[in-house]
Amino acid sequence: MLSIQNLTTSYGQIKAIRGISLEVPEGKIVSLIGANGAGKTTTMRTIAGQLKPQSGGIVFCGQKIDGSKPHQIVKAGLALVPEGRQILGKMTVLENLEMGAFQRNDAQGIKDDMEKMMNWFPILRERLSQLGGTMSGGQQQMLAIARALMSRPKLLLLDEPSMGLAPIVVSDIFKVIKQINAEGTTVLIVEQNVKQALKIADYGYVLEAGQIVLDGTAESLLNDERVKEAYLGGRKH
Amino acid sequence: MFWQQLVNGLTVGSTYSLIALGYTLIFGVLGIINMAHGQIFIFGSLVGLVLMTSMQMPLGVALVASIVISAILGLILEYTALRPLRKKNVPHLASLISTIGFAILVEEAMHKIFGADSRAFPQSFGDKTFDLGVIQIRSVDLIILAIALILMFVLHFWIQKTKMGKAIRATAENTDTANILGINTNMVIIVTVMLASALGGVAGILIGMAYSALIPTMGMTLGFKGLAVLILGGVGSIPGAMVCGVLLGVIEVFTVAYGDSSYRDAVAFGLIIVILLLKPEGLFGRKA
Repeated sequence: MLSIQNLTTSYGQIKAIRGISLEVPEGKIVSLIGANGAGKTTTMRTIAGQLKPQSGGIVFCGQKIDGSKPHQIVKAGLALVPEGRQILGKMTVLENLEMGAFQRNDAQGIKDDMEKMMNWFPILRERLSQLGGTMSGGQQQMLAIARALMSRPKLLLLDEPSMGLAPIVVSDIFKVIKQINAEGTTVLIVEQNVKQALKIADYGYVLEAGQIVLDGTAESLLNDERVKEAYLGGRKH
Repeated sequence: MFWQQLVNGLTVGSTYSLIALGYTLIFGVLGIINMAHGQIFIFGSLVGLVLMTSMQMPLGVALVASIVISAILGLILEYTALRPLRKKNVPHLASLISTIGFAILVEEAMHKIFGADSRAFPQSFGDKTFDLGVIQIRSVDLIILAIALILMFVLHFWIQKTKMGKAIRATAENTDTANILGINTNMVIIVTVMLASALGGVAGILIGMAYSALIPTMGMTLGFKGLAVLILGGVGSIPGAMVCGVLLGVIEVFTVAYGDSSYRDAVAFGLIIVILLLKPEGLFGRKA
């Protein structure tokens, strides 16, 4: 569904990602894991069209999307839940959801999806007319995910959904992601919370200093000595 | 006397509000102050006025012409002075200077096309007076007040409730976020710049009606008034622009009525300085 070939993105002179290639097959959850500064967010921002790649290609559903504008990429069926959630704090929860559906014109479909989101995330129904900025971190993350889903994406990109959240909230969020995938949306997730991210994933890539150093099925990565050592708190005795 | 002056103040002030709304809308989405705003809408208004005086067109046609010409100038501003700089990611100060350049260009064009002299509005309308007991209101003031207030009401509704209005608010809050939600923010910016200029186009015609004349240099003086309202109301605040425009108008009129007309601007701007000393973020602004 999403195929990335030799992608390189720079900030000025500094290459944040250097020739990475990865595949996200339809219907799967793929996790891209790595430490702070490994280039995970850069990868996501490049896919979503917020950054222009220096070289390499991104093909989504058979369509070349590198160099496209973010709103065109949303139209193509890809939605990003950005790092730090980026809720529109001065707009209500309802308006945030409406903005997620900006590219759509099917009023009835939007209404149905809105209903669906409120069933998935009951907290949103309670807070519908509240300003986005007044919600807690976990609630904002739910809203960010619901908002992205309002565009009915084929592929959902999640950039560090667990960031800054309490462990109990994190496990809720990951449950939701699993459910979203079960309902037919393909997911690419970027995480520092390696254990959680690999537990729900089908396949994983390990990013270090802007390069993919390891990839494999999520299960094989969870049992990989190097992954255990670097990301899962050492080997088990 | 008091009520009469209050109505006069509301009339003048409502046109200041329209001008300030233009500044605040553009500041909202782009984070810059459009120094060409005054010149753009006076150009549009002069075109409208010429249609009325030389071709005997009705007021409605003049208004539409002013709106359209101002909006087109706004569009040209976006493509020549704003977008090229935005693409290069230069500091906002650069666009401030490029809009000043655009302002000079438009002002010189006005002198060339319309001449530097003041142009009178036709006397045929607005001389009827209605007596409402404590106040007497000229029909021209009634028209000005009605158009300005209705326009502000519609704008408020449009920004709050329509899809495009919400997209403007989303872009104003965070352009990056608006982008990833599928909003074409370049399109939003074009709409905003044209809308801001068009509102100015209405204000220019209304002010011409109030003063019975327009002069090309009014672009600058009225522009400064709009800027003062923008700062007073809180930069980027739409209700701030609406309320404080009216407030400035009322202060000005009362200074003239109960004080000395030559102190009009001194009192008005002096009060603004005092208010800003007490509330630096503006009356409706948020603390940074």
